Amino acid sequence: MIAKGAVAIAEGRIGKPLEKYYAGRTRAPLQRSFIAFKSSAWLVVLSGFVEPVLYLFSFGFGVGALIGGITATDGSTISYAAYIAPGLLATSAMNGAVYDSTWNVFWKINESKLYQGMLATSLGPLDVALGEIAWALLRGLMYAIGFMIVVTPLGLIENWWGLLAIPAAVLIAFGFASFGMAATSYMKSFQQMNYINMLMLPMFLFSGSFFPLTVYPEIVQWFIKVLPLWHGISLIRGLTLGQIDSSILVHILYFIVMIALGLWFTTKRLNALFLR
Amino acid sequence: MTSLISARSLTKTYGDFVAVDQINFEVRKGESFGLLGPNGAGKSTIMRMIGATLQRSSGELAVLGKDPEKFGPQIRAHLGVVPQQDNLDSELTVRENLYIYGRYFGLSKKFLTPKIQELLEFAQLEEKRDVKVEALSGGMKRRLTIARALVSEPEILMLDEPTTGLDPQARHILWDRLFRLKEMGVTLLLTTHFMDEAEQLCQRLIVMDKGKIMAEDSPAELIRKYVTKEVLELRFGSDKNSLYVDELRQKCDRIEQLPDRILLYTNDGETLLTEIVGSGLHPITSLVRRSSLEDVFLRLTGRSLIE
Repeated sequence: MIAKGAVAIAEGRIGKPLEKYYAGRTRAPLQRSFIAFKSSAWLVVLSGFVEPVLYLFSFGFGVGALIGGITATDGSTISYAAYIAPGLLATSAMNGAVYDSTWNVFWKINESKLYQGMLATSLGPLDVALGEIAWALLRGLMYAIGFMIVVTPLGLIENWWGLLAIPAAVLIAFGFASFGMAATSYMKSFQQMNYINMLMLPMFLFSGSFFPLTVYPEIVQWFIKVLPLWHGISLIRGLTLGQIDSSILVHILYFIVMIALGLWFTTKRLNALFLR
Repeated sequence: MTSLISARSLTKTYGDFVAVDQINFEVRKGESFGLLGPNGAGKSTIMRMIGATLQRSSGELAVLGKDPEKFGPQIRAHLGVVPQQDNLDSELTVRENLYIYGRYFGLSKKFLTPKIQELLEFAQLEEKRDVKVEALSGGMKRRLTIARALVSEPEILMLDEPTTGLDPQARHILWDRLFRLKEMGVTLLLTTHFMDEAEQLCQRLIVMDKGKIMAEDSPAELIRKYVTKEVLELRFGSDKNSLYVDELRQKCDRIEQLPDRILLYTNDGETLLTEIVGSGLHPITSLVRRSSLEDVFLRLTGRSLIE
C-alpha cells in the first residue's frame, strides 16, 4: 500500500464539520509537545508538583497546629490541612494550566513563531488550540495524581468521592487553559503578561483557599463567587470532604461553559492572528 | 502550459494603505517565478495571500484552480512554505523538526521515515540529524527550513527572501539546492530584493514597487528592454560627481547620478571610457560591467533596490 500524501489527506476533510478550522489532527501538536518535553527542564516540571505540597506542609500543618480545626457547613469539625488541601489542588491546577497556556503560548506566538509554522501546513487553528490545551491538561493530570498520592496517606481525603478530585482538577485546568490561550493572543509584550499574574495571586489568596468566605461582607462574597477559582476550590472540597450536593453540578456547569467560551474565543483569535 | 497560480486585480489594503494594488500575474507549472522589489513592495503580502494565511481585500486569486479563502487547508497541503524569518522548532532536533512537520500534514510514520532520510541528504544535514536546531548555522537553518517545506512533497515551493542574512558561501550552497529542485520540476515562487538572486534563479519575474507591478519578463529580456548592454560606473569624489553630469550626459544613452557614483548606460563601456578620458576628464575610479536587474529597477522607479 502506498502511504497517503498530504493533498489526499487534506482533500479527505472536505465536507467535514468545521473543515476550515479543524483538520482532525489534535494529536499532531500534542505529539510535538511530547517530543519537546523529553528534553525539557525536569526541575521546572517537578516544581509544579512540589509547590502545593510545600504550601500544605507550611500552612496545613504549621498554621493548622495553631488554629486547630475548622467547622464545616454541616457542623462537623475537620482538620485545617484537610480544609486547605482541596484549595491547593485547585490552585495548582489553575497555575499549571495558566502557565502552559499563557507564557508558553506567548513565546510560541511571538518569539519562536511556532504557530505560524504549524498553520502554514494543512492544520487548522482548532487543532493547534486543542493540542496545546490537551498537553496542559495532561500535565495537570500528572500533578493532580502526584498531589493525591501525597495527601491520601495523610488522611486528608475523607472518602471515595475524593478520587473524583483528580478529574475535577483536570476540568478546572481545562477551563483556565482555554481562556488563558485566548487572553494571551491579545498580549503584545512580556510586561502585559504580568497582568495575568496580578489577577491570579489575589484569586488564590481570597477564593476560600485558606478560610471560608463567611469572613467577608456579603457583597464581597458574591464577587468572589463569580470568579472561577472559587468554583474550582468548592468543587474539589465538596468531593474530598464528601459533601456531595447539587452545588457540585453548578460548579461543573460553570467550568463547562468556561471551556466552551474559551475554545470558541481561542479559535477565533488564532484565526484572526494567523489566517487573516 | 497550465497556470498553477493566477491573480486578477489582486488587492490588499490595510485601512488607507494599499499594500498590493490591483496586480495581475500567472505562475506556470514547473517554472521558477520571482517577485523582485525593495522591502515594503508588497511581496510578502502576496506570498501570504497565496499561502492561504491572509485574506485579500478584492480581486481574484486561484491557486491550483481553487480559491485560497475557501480551501485553505487543501491549498496549504500543496504548498511548501519557507518564511522570511526562520520558524523552526528550536526545542527539537533536526530530524524531529522534519518528522513533526510531516505529522502536521497528517503524514504517516511509514511515509516520513524514508522521506526524512532523503531530505537530510538533500539539505546536506545528515551529520546534524540529532542536533538541536539552535546549534545550527544560519545557512544550515535555511536549508533545514527548505527541507521541512519539502516534507509534504509540495507542488509549489514558496520562498520569501530565501538568502537574506546569509554569507556569500551559504547563499551559493542554497542556490545550488534550489537549482536542483528546479531541475526536478518543482515550481518555485520566490521573493527577493537581490538582483543577482533573481538572475540566478528566476526564469520569469515581476518587478514590484509600492504594491504595483512595474514590469514582467525573463531577467535577460527585462535587461534588453529597459537598459543598455553595459554600464560604465564613474567616481569623481563625492562633491565633484554632480559637476560632470551635464557634460557626460551627451556622451551616452542615459545617465543616473547616485550619491556616490555616476552610472552611464551604453552598449560599449570600454569605448565610452576611452572617449571620456580622451576628452580630459579624470575619474578617480571607473568600472565597466554588464547591466543587471538593479539597473532595470533604477530605470523603472528611479530608486535603488537596497536602500
